[in-house]
Amino acid sequence: MSENTTITLEVARYRPGVDERPTMQLYEVPLRDDWVVLDALNYIKDEVDGTLSYRWSCRMGVCGSCGMMVNGVPKLTCSAFLRDLAPGPIRVEALQHFPIERDLVTVLDDFIDKLESVTPWIVRDEPEPPPEDGEYKQTPAELATFKQYSMCINCMLCYSACPVYGQEPEFIGPAALALAQRYNLDSRDEGNDLRAMVIGSQNGVWDCTFVNECSEVCPKHVDPAGAIQQLKLVSAVEWFENLPGVPSRRKK
Amino acid sequence: MVETISHDVVVVGGGGAGLRAVIAMAEARPDLDIAMVSKVYPMRSHTVSAEGGAAAVIKDNDSFEDHIHDTITGSDWMADQDAVETFVREAPNEMIRLEHWGCPWNREPDGSVAVRPFGGMKIERTWYAADKTGFHMLHTLFQTSLKLAQVTRYDEWFGTSLLVENGRCQGVTAIELRTGQVRAILAKAVIVTTGGAGRIFPFTTNAAIKTGDGMAMAYRAGVPLKDMEFVQYHPTGLPGTGILITEAARAEGGILVNSEGDRYLRHYDLGDPIDVDDPRHPQLRTMELGPRDKLSQCFMREEEKGHVFEGEHGTYVHLDVRHLGEAQIEAKIPFVRELALNYVGIDPVHEPIPVRPVVHYMMGGIDTDIEAATELPGLYAAGECACVSINGANRLGSNSLTELLVFGRRAGESATRWAEEHPEIDTAALERQAQAEQERIATNFINKLDGTERIATIRRELNETLEAGAGVFRTEESLQASVDKVAELKERAKNVGLDDHSLSFNTELTAALELEFMLDAAEAVAGAALARRESRGAHQRSDHPDRDDEQYLKHSLSYRTDDRPRIEQRDVVITNWPPAERTYGPGT
Repeated sequence: MSENTTITLEVARYRPGVDERPTMQLYEVPLRDDWVVLDALNYIKDEVDGTLSYRWSCRMGVCGSCGMMVNGVPKLTCSAFLRDLAPGPIRVEALQHFPIERDLVTVLDDFIDKLESVTPWIVRDEPEPPPEDGEYKQTPAELATFKQYSMCINCMLCYSACPVYGQEPEFIGPAALALAQRYNLDSRDEGNDLRAMVIGSQNGVWDCTFVNECSEVCPKHVDPAGAIQQLKLVSAVEWFENLPGVPSRRKK
Repeated sequence: MVETISHDVVVVGGGGAGLRAVIAMAEARPDLDIAMVSKVYPMRSHTVSAEGGAAAVIKDNDSFEDHIHDTITGSDWMADQDAVETFVREAPNEMIRLEHWGCPWNREPDGSVAVRPFGGMKIERTWYAADKTGFHMLHTLFQTSLKLAQVTRYDEWFGTSLLVENGRCQGVTAIELRTGQVRAILAKAVIVTTGGAGRIFPFTTNAAIKTGDGMAMAYRAGVPLKDMEFVQYHPTGLPGTGILITEAARAEGGILVNSEGDRYLRHYDLGDPIDVDDPRHPQLRTMELGPRDKLSQCFMREEEKGHVFEGEHGTYVHLDVRHLGEAQIEAKIPFVRELALNYVGIDPVHEPIPVRPVVHYMMGGIDTDIEAATELPGLYAAGECACVSINGANRLGSNSLTELLVFGRRAGESATRWAEEHPEIDTAALERQAQAEQERIATNFINKLDGTERIATIRRELNETLEAGAGVFRTEESLQASVDKVAELKERAKNVGLDDHSLSFNTELTAALELEFMLDAAEAVAGAALARRESRGAHQRSDHPDRDDEQYLKHSLSYRTDDRPRIEQRDVVITNWPPAERTYGPGT
């Protein structure tokens, strides 16, 4: 591909307190074979228009900062190659379903609250033993049950893809529910009962209509939809067992 | 008037060291009122990118003595031996606590934590979570910190300066990015955990946020930066992007091969290669498991001989892991495969990975003692931004993740004690300082309409001069050129003009402030490197090729002045491990 070739980016611009809604601005950038959308944005910022705002950091798909809508699909812009989107134009917008702070920068407050709401830490009935007593034992098989759900980078692409979250912002949503399941399945954890209230609540797993969009867009193959289906099963069994007269067969 | 907020302790930096400090403070004094200021949400911090693992003695075949010996020899005797001893002895408990908090460490069949070999280590002692160890450690620490009600997080607040009054550090100023307003956060003690400064170089594994902010803030407050001349080039980065291919790839058996098909490390006193199918491969402290400084220098020698591949993004050699097979690659280094596929279009199962040395880590940083205290009362530092020093002239892979736990905790404990003993705050004077900081930012950037220099131009020239002058091999002449160029760029940076004069989430403003931080960090790197006329670890002077313990078994301390930095020396702490020749190969 020639160095002289260019490609057009249509970038959503939004200034808080000034613009009523986002407007599109066109930029022409070099179409380089090894450039991702983030490289194009950095080119614009450095050389063309310093007023464009967006988040980025690691540029290797692990910090979760640079998620945006690329041609209407939620993507990590550090992994979306221009060559795969050529000849363009390429439409770049802030992740949908979130309030926009400015340009391509979304407001994370709701997402952070939801992460916190699922008690995403190890809960034990007894206090943490002294480190001198050594590690908790966990077999490779026990690790494998939850490992996939521990791979979430909090990039929020799944919330942007989720039609339920788009309609009902109270829905706890894919990443937070997958995180709940990550701790529920961890053999070191005893906090399932704490999380059950949130998971089974009216904004929990039962909101999910299993369209699977979250798992489709997940760049780390966490499969939040799968986690939610597992949680639904557990939640249903718990509901049944809590009916009067049904004997409990739960461990704890 | 600048809005003022008060807490008992404020932590600047939301990565691994900062989060560990926060947890330590909450445990030491549950009623302590703690603030954490971070320019990105904590889970975005650069700890997230660490891959290979974290070292701590846990297995019966290992010993503190061995970990200490490896670390000191790896440092080329520049590490303070009392600090190394403390670090090594406290490392296992720190790692077990992280296990208790849920870190998904790889395991042995019996359920105990698994360890892997690593470069420069004579025993396998590196704990790992596949090859996303930093990611899992950071998320474990962040999620564990969420249960602490006494912590107030200021996410996406950009620290700009330390507030110092009456000889005590008593807070920071920060820009709340959402509103663009400068705020003063007053505290009885301040902990800086802002990480490294790799972005001063053009080709680096470091994330965009690694611009030396905390180092520069401390430097401006009169605290010396220690051993800044020691910059680690990791031997295996992807050409072009600089994305890290973890040392774990070699620890699991990967080999380095030049354009002649030769395992070229054999020529550089790192032992002899053995066949990849030999069960003894890879041998510890040998060949591909040599230390990073030496492996990066070997690449440069091969480049001089012309035994490297030429590519669009410069020269490279091959890191070959094909003999591990798909199952092992997926089990032990899946991220290596993901990164190679995504960014260079190569599947390591079938093809060798192109790699070249890449700037990775600053051994130097804010001068601290073993308690993480700086010479400015009330100011503490930990993690990559600090220099205790346990890394000396070359850090061993997998020591830094453990370092941020051990010294992050120590910083938290020290700051807690200090805050309890020093409750008084000079509020009025601090508010005046914060007001002046707000005016500086408004005058120099937001309200300035006649600036002619572009941030990206100065940053590019800074990158170029450091790579040319202060790279893997350096000379008096190359370093003098870098020192002069950095001074010139500092002058020109005063004339930076922004396109963006608005307040809300103005990332051009933060880029301008980061550029100023980078220039200060770069000034210390080049200045200290010029002053050290010997070769040791990662600091290789072609004009002074030998180590000179007589004159230079000393830390360098860079103090900020209105002109070039003043460089002073301080003796390295030697206890039980007298300086000797640094050797690698089987049995060393």
